Amino acid sequence: MSAHLKQDKPVTSNRLDGMSQGVIGKPLSRIDGLAKVTGTARYAAEHQVENLANGVFATATITRGEVLSIDKACALAMPGVLAVVDDDRLTTRAAQGTAGEAPQQSPAAVCYWGQPIALVVAETFEQARDAAKRLVVEYRVDHDAPLDPATAEAEEQVDDTVNQGDLAHAMAGSAHSVDLRFETEGHASAAMEPHAAIAEWDGDRLTVYASLQMLNYNIAEIADALGIEEENVRLLSPYVGGGFGSKLGISQESVAAAIAAKAIGRPVRVVMSRQQVFQCVMRRSETAQRLRLASDRDGNLKGFGHEARVSNLPGETFAEPVLQSSHFLYGSENRALKLEVARIHRMTAGSVRAPGEAVGMPALEAAMDELAETCGIDPVEFRLRNIPDRNPEEDLPFSSNKLAECLKRGAEAFGWDSGPRSPCQTRDGEWWVGTGMASAARVHAVGEAKARVTLKPDGTAVVATDMTDIGTGTYTILAQIAGEMLGLTIDEVDVQLGDTHHPRGPGSGGSWGAASIGSAVYLACLELREKLAERAGTDEAKLVLKDGATADGKSLVDLLGGEPLSRTGHYEPGDVEDDYTVSGFGAFFAQVRVNRHTGETRVDRMLGAFGFGRVLNEKTARSQCLGGITWSIGMALTEALLFDPNDGHLVNCDLAEYHIPVHRDVPAVEVVMVEERDPVASPIQAKGIGELGLCGGAAAIANAIYNACGARLYHYPMTPDRVLSALPG
Amino acid sequence: MRSFDFQQPAGLAHASQLLGGRGAKGMAGGTNLTDLMKLQVEMPQTVVDLNRCGMATIDPTDDGGLRIGALATNTATANHARVRSGYPVLARAILAGATQQLRNKATTGGNLCQRTRCYYFTNVDQPCNKRKPGSGCGAINGIARLHAVLGTSDQCIATYPGDMAVALSALNAVVEISSGDSHSRSVPVRDFHLLPGDTPWRENVLESGEIITGVTLPSPVGARQIYRKVRERSSYAFAMVSVAAIVEMADGAISRADLAFGGLAHKPWHDPRLSDLLVGARPAVALFDKAADILLENAHGHGENDYKIPLARRTLVAVLAEATETEL
Repeated sequence: MSAHLKQDKPVTSNRLDGMSQGVIGKPLSRIDGLAKVTGTARYAAEHQVENLANGVFATATITRGEVLSIDKACALAMPGVLAVVDDDRLTTRAAQGTAGEAPQQSPAAVCYWGQPIALVVAETFEQARDAAKRLVVEYRVDHDAPLDPATAEAEEQVDDTVNQGDLAHAMAGSAHSVDLRFETEGHASAAMEPHAAIAEWDGDRLTVYASLQMLNYNIAEIADALGIEEENVRLLSPYVGGGFGSKLGISQESVAAAIAAKAIGRPVRVVMSRQQVFQCVMRRSETAQRLRLASDRDGNLKGFGHEARVSNLPGETFAEPVLQSSHFLYGSENRALKLEVARIHRMTAGSVRAPGEAVGMPALEAAMDELAETCGIDPVEFRLRNIPDRNPEEDLPFSSNKLAECLKRGAEAFGWDSGPRSPCQTRDGEWWVGTGMASAARVHAVGEAKARVTLKPDGTAVVATDMTDIGTGTYTILAQIAGEMLGLTIDEVDVQLGDTHHPRGPGSGGSWGAASIGSAVYLACLELREKLAERAGTDEAKLVLKDGATADGKSLVDLLGGEPLSRTGHYEPGDVEDDYTVSGFGAFFAQVRVNRHTGETRVDRMLGAFGFGRVLNEKTARSQCLGGITWSIGMALTEALLFDPNDGHLVNCDLAEYHIPVHRDVPAVEVVMVEERDPVASPIQAKGIGELGLCGGAAAIANAIYNACGARLYHYPMTPDRVLSALPG
Repeated sequence: MRSFDFQQPAGLAHASQLLGGRGAKGMAGGTNLTDLMKLQVEMPQTVVDLNRCGMATIDPTDDGGLRIGALATNTATANHARVRSGYPVLARAILAGATQQLRNKATTGGNLCQRTRCYYFTNVDQPCNKRKPGSGCGAINGIARLHAVLGTSDQCIATYPGDMAVALSALNAVVEISSGDSHSRSVPVRDFHLLPGDTPWRENVLESGEIITGVTLPSPVGARQIYRKVRERSSYAFAMVSVAAIVEMADGAISRADLAFGGLAHKPWHDPRLSDLLVGARPAVALFDKAADILLENAHGHGENDYKIPLARRTLVAVLAEATETEL
């Protein structure tokens, strides 16, 4: 029995609001928290499998060319070495999110420095690592691989191109305008758990313990890569130690482990080193952006231009969608947007936390700050004046748009001074102190999702889906949804995730997990309630369930009568998406200090106000926002992938040299949640949260740097050397 | 990591004998060595664990100074009451480095011997004259953001990465080196590390079989002590530039000015001309600028690290201004 909803129209009423258990939205601690902090939660490489062999990748030391030969005999003569696998099915690039098919294969064709070319398998990890490092490989080298995104040939992404009205005319004829160029550097996901897999065969059946975000797509990617049927593959990812996009699609380890396990007739574990995770999984493209904004005397936008150049390997369809929210965030009749992707030989560019807005919004919002200053209008007010009633390019309504409320409530909570602003007004010893703000926006998406909810004869429930929890709180919110609908505490709901034997969820990515799988659980519970109401002799709408019993004292156990009751919820995105622009909105406020001697910047405090539909768990939602804001700080001040100009290899490939913020860099952060119900976003009226928290935050810091010390910077991250070179006088 | 013999000698004589063997490498905290072994940057045939050789105590010396054993942990040293009271620049420098977890393992001797974090040194698939003599330098025309602007050679532009030794250089500490029970020698910290020249693989004066047994500090001075480390994130990052300063005033003039610099060179940088200029002079911004002129007279960058030259100037001037309470 399944409860199916294809969302072709808004869902304006919601049963979640009429329930009695009182667990939905509450700031409950995550139910998997204890297992994680006590080390009993097993991550991919930690599953106990008998007779395990270990595989380590050998990686290319050329940028582009061909592997002519590998001296396998020499490696096989080393202690413990069992196999050198260079099978043509080995994947060489990370699959893009939701690909659902094998990424690039054929490891002999090298197209970036560090690409896996073979897997060395040995009894121990140390033996395999040593043999992989010493593998003698002969190459044919192509010397002319383009490496510089600024000069490489580029292709326009025509779907992104907008030419509406006459931007050049608006720029020339408006009272105020800015024409600015920004650069952002590449970013790494830098998830704590490295990419890892254990593959085990039982005849034709393959089981892979993996660290992946989207099992429903990953199973197809692995099956396709291996040339086997999806029915013969089982993926298990009960716990994932962070993904941030790097585990959306499969990377090289799971297919390699499967091929090696078949070859040697033993289960094989492959764990990437930290350096390999950096060098061969997935990067966020660097960007070069141009912002042209024009306004009339009163600060009403008359022209809006946003162009971006990003990069990727030849043959990749993904282009960092820098302009995603620029299409609708601010009104203006005259618009010109253009995205192009340069083809260069670095590792695959793909989804890294909030692809698009993560880097597009910081450029746009810094430009907005500069134009507001030119107009002499408070930057909060300037944004308020330019919020469009409808999507200015497609003439669609917004499903909901809390930008104005977030700006106002955020400003109030932060204590924003809306008086005249000019830089270099406040000094604390040798530190300049200043404030800045920026808008937040991140498009909302949903994915098809199925979940089975079973009421057991003892009156407790089991939620089962192949959905993953990558540290976000999925286990907990699904227990809350089921508990709320069925009148159970969250301890009475057993949530089972990350197993492809369960109904297919949407996977975690693009902040779509909670709204999508949450809706599937909700639909299943609604059907269960119908059945229970029938047994209780009432209507579903009148059925009150709390603490395992109806309002008139009939217990769930009695209603179930010794039999389990199970329903599968099936949520499908529908035509409603075509009728609305659906996005999360918000506002960031920051206070920073800039050292007048050294250019060091430290964030004193930060606040984010966000409108993202229904809040399912106030605590995990807030944690998502804190994470996003931490990413903002890293993007603004420290994070940059550095590529060698001669061979394109990534030089800073560990956590000592790729600088994510440390605890000391992250100050008091306040989160204001502007609760709302978005009837279009999902049947449970929730939207994505996680990524919104970094979409624009870096600009609040950049704008605060300017307000503090008068240095306008156009290059993220704003490291001390860049700040010093921009300091006035 | 290559297979290796692991030896745990119980005394210095045996340790020294083992370290005199081919391909032997001493290990104390192991925080740097084991990382480099995993990357096959270091491939010792024998690892000599020095942790059973004593040398972990911190003791007063007869002349009122302090002797810090080679195996005293960075945490123990930074928290030691005598260090905190008499040598705050050392405590501050140590606490500015690494993380608490690393400092709990890291030792005095190991810290002095830590190797550069040059990206090309730690990647065995890239050229590096330090790691593989004659293979070239990837950093000179590559990514040189971390790299040296003073005392470089056309072979190597790597920096010495540590903080502790910068403070020890300002304090004019002395390294005690033993080559067994009966033989020992003393080398000022300022002379312990070497410039790259044509032999970038030689980073310090230790000879085969020699072991650092401790570091001796002169008796404390009542001067103002400052350790200033500039970096883009506020912990767990190597210095873009750091300055250790011990400055004393008498009758409105500078009476002592011992300065050392991190992040600029293949060794903690000490330039005796700075003391010569500053001592006896009245503090003034123009004087500090002159000191920076002297310090950076022969500095040159490699594009990416050009910023270090103005940054070193600004940091030095700021530190001198703070130490002498001069308005900037």
